[in-house]
Amino acid sequence: MPLHPIKGGVHPEGHKAQTNAAPIARLPLPARLFVPLAQHIGLPAEACVREGQQVKKGELIGSAQGSVSAAVHAPTSGTVLAIAPYTAPHPSGLPLLTVVIDPDGKDEWADLHTPRDPFDLMPEEIAARLAAAGIVGMGGATFPAAVKLSTAVQKHVDTLIINGGECEPYLTCDDRLMRERADQIIDGVRILLHAIGHGRALIAVEDNKPEAIDALRAAARGFDPIEIVPVPSLYPMGSEKQLIFALLGREVPAGALPAQLGVTVQNVATAAAVSEAIRHGRPLLSRVITVGGAVRVPQNVEALIGTPMQALIDFCGGFTEPPARLIMGGPMMGHVVPNMQVPVVKGSSGLLALTARDLPETKARPCIRCGSCVQACPCGLMPLEMAARIRQDDFKGAAAYGVTDCISCGSCAYVCPSHIPLVQYFNHAKGHLALEHARERQAAEIRALTEAKKLRQAREAEAKRARALAAKQAREKAAASEKTP
Amino acid sequence: MTAPHLVSGPHLAGGRTLHGIMLQVCLALLPATLFGVGLFGWPALNLLLITVASALAFEALALRLAGKPLFPDLGDGSALVTALLLALSLPPWAPWWIGVLGGGFAIVLGKQIFGGLGQNPFNPAMLARVVLLIAFPVELTQWATPHPLFAAGSPGFLEGLQITFMGVPNVDAVSGATLLGHVKTELGRGVELSAALGHYDATQALLGMKGGSLGETSALLILLGGLYLLARRIITWHIPVAMLAAIALPATVMHWIDPLHHAGALYHLLTGGVMLGAFFIATDYVTSPSSPAGQVIYGAACGLLVWIIRSFGGFPEGVAFAVLLMNGATPLIDHWVRPRIYGRDRKGQPLTVAREKRS
Repeated sequence: MPLHPIKGGVHPEGHKAQTNAAPIARLPLPARLFVPLAQHIGLPAEACVREGQQVKKGELIGSAQGSVSAAVHAPTSGTVLAIAPYTAPHPSGLPLLTVVIDPDGKDEWADLHTPRDPFDLMPEEIAARLAAAGIVGMGGATFPAAVKLSTAVQKHVDTLIINGGECEPYLTCDDRLMRERADQIIDGVRILLHAIGHGRALIAVEDNKPEAIDALRAAARGFDPIEIVPVPSLYPMGSEKQLIFALLGREVPAGALPAQLGVTVQNVATAAAVSEAIRHGRPLLSRVITVGGAVRVPQNVEALIGTPMQALIDFCGGFTEPPARLIMGGPMMGHVVPNMQVPVVKGSSGLLALTARDLPETKARPCIRCGSCVQACPCGLMPLEMAARIRQDDFKGAAAYGVTDCISCGSCAYVCPSHIPLVQYFNHAKGHLALEHARERQAAEIRALTEAKKLRQAREAEAKRARALAAKQAREKAAASEKTP
Repeated sequence: MTAPHLVSGPHLAGGRTLHGIMLQVCLALLPATLFGVGLFGWPALNLLLITVASALAFEALALRLAGKPLFPDLGDGSALVTALLLALSLPPWAPWWIGVLGGGFAIVLGKQIFGGLGQNPFNPAMLARVVLLIAFPVELTQWATPHPLFAAGSPGFLEGLQITFMGVPNVDAVSGATLLGHVKTELGRGVELSAALGHYDATQALLGMKGGSLGETSALLILLGGLYLLARRIITWHIPVAMLAAIALPATVMHWIDPLHHAGALYHLLTGGVMLGAFFIATDYVTSPSSPAGQVIYGAACGLLVWIIRSFGGFPEGVAFAVLLMNGATPLIDHWVRPRIYGRDRKGQPLTVAREKRS
């Protein structure tokens, strides 16, 4: 199919050969599991087990709250040791409520939903089962899959895009998954297609993964609505908005959802998890994560959710040299891991040990307005102008230059010859603007309530006056009638 | 940042550095520089070295006065590029104090008083050149004829020092008007173009075996340097192509309408500072717009102004004036000409959701 060139983008060195050749290894059961109750976008799940309680593998330990949330399950059988705050793999490094499980080593399954033929299920049932299985977007955004699917069904989406771009350097977990579990991915795609009722699926894979493309093509043979589309290897091709444009030539309007264009996007690992959940009734308990960088045996590892990063590093033979920075996710958009006890969560695509040589210069030089950032930005923004305004705390000015349209891909900072931490500037501004927006909304609500109260009081006063007048008139009338016998 | 884990991505860098870019620009200027020194001999080399030394000294002084550390600013190559561009645009046998003052004007007036690198509204080299031209019109319009290094009749090393520090003995014997200046004067007194051009030869102009500024005579070598910058993606095509086209177009049209008084495109492109201006001066990052569309507008306006000043203005050459004028317009261009943001129209409003039905 004809592709559409995306704007900007960069070509960072791939470093994929480090891990893309070896098969996915399975991590042995770790000594302890730390399962955070908030591993997704939306409200944290609420613990539904007690300390000391025995749990089976796949048993619900945290139930979803509100409309956007995801369930959390016990990754293995064992005892709940504690439900307490632990440092989470989150950019803030703040502690999150975490269920600590002491595995009993039996890995005993709970009673699972008896699966039915997925193609007999109604879309709502599929969404309900995905919700019950705690499936979230596994590309890193961790948006609850069931919520996305329900929106897609509601908006009559007819194009399902499966994101196998994996444009971040180092990461090969999706690549290995596509090579080794293509059938499972295609099965998940078919189930999702069945759920949205009609339409086609486009599985986009960057053309630097020919083996994955071949494996998917072989697995998709005979399923006409599924097309495997090789896309150019260009960062950030795997970004939802950019991928939609590359495939369809259409842009998601600012502030709108892809579903409004009739499109929904899911990651390949999410598709595999969908198959697991719907075919076998198994909730999301593990994921494949690329352990790379300065480790002895860099490789892809399938690890249980809640596995401490330390266990992954130990399994991969330890560090070849002390890393300067540990990253969860890819090196372009990943977050710094605050310490080695932080667990693998549903959105952990990579654990990278980067050395001082890999890291960018930390001392920023003045902006020389070279415009490299303008050329690199896939969103058509002018990062240098936004940064100049944010430096002056002019967040409104930065917003006028479109800072809220920034996807934080980091292409601008990657090319900046002055090593200005542009993404940091933009995140700072976005935080400020979000806070201001919330305050403004609050103020507007208070204003509206105050107005309403005033109106009500005026109305009541008016009614009181009218009543008093009527009573007076009635009294006068009565008095008058008394006088005239 | 106090806590290291609050560092945002990317945790990789593309490998391009500020001083790397400046060194590449110097490298791109090297052929034209060497050619200029070879063509005009020892006095040209003296002027070049004095200008560079002066710029670095004034940079150091300004940093010291501002209470900033000398490094890395002094070593980032930006002062070197400024000094090099200024020296290449000066008359090759200009006296030592022109180099000293020029370096000072460029660095202090042109850059540091605005806050240093990245803050200056005007191209420092061109600002210094225009200040010099207005303040010292005699010295800035004395053009030595080619006196190749080591050639018979060229000044030796000691004579070179004498020319630089004591002045040129018997000026009229060793200098002449530049082609642009000569043609301007001749046209001004009613001579027709073909006569004014004399035995002008485009090939010679391309190679640069002629009188002129220190490093501007060889259009070919400057073009080579410019192509190198394009190939290394230090600059993009937008400014140079727009500028050259905006000179060539009106020149061609007017030459066709009035061939007796208007020279053609090739003459304008190969003479004076046009090549250096299009590839090295107008493309100065700090003082040019940063969006591609803005760069095309800016480049085209620079080119048009060069042609207008040359054709109707009081000065034979207009590159420095044109670039400075457009530098002044750059903030305006950057304000009005921005790339379209993904998901928004040109006015910044969200695109309307137009859902196309697939059949």
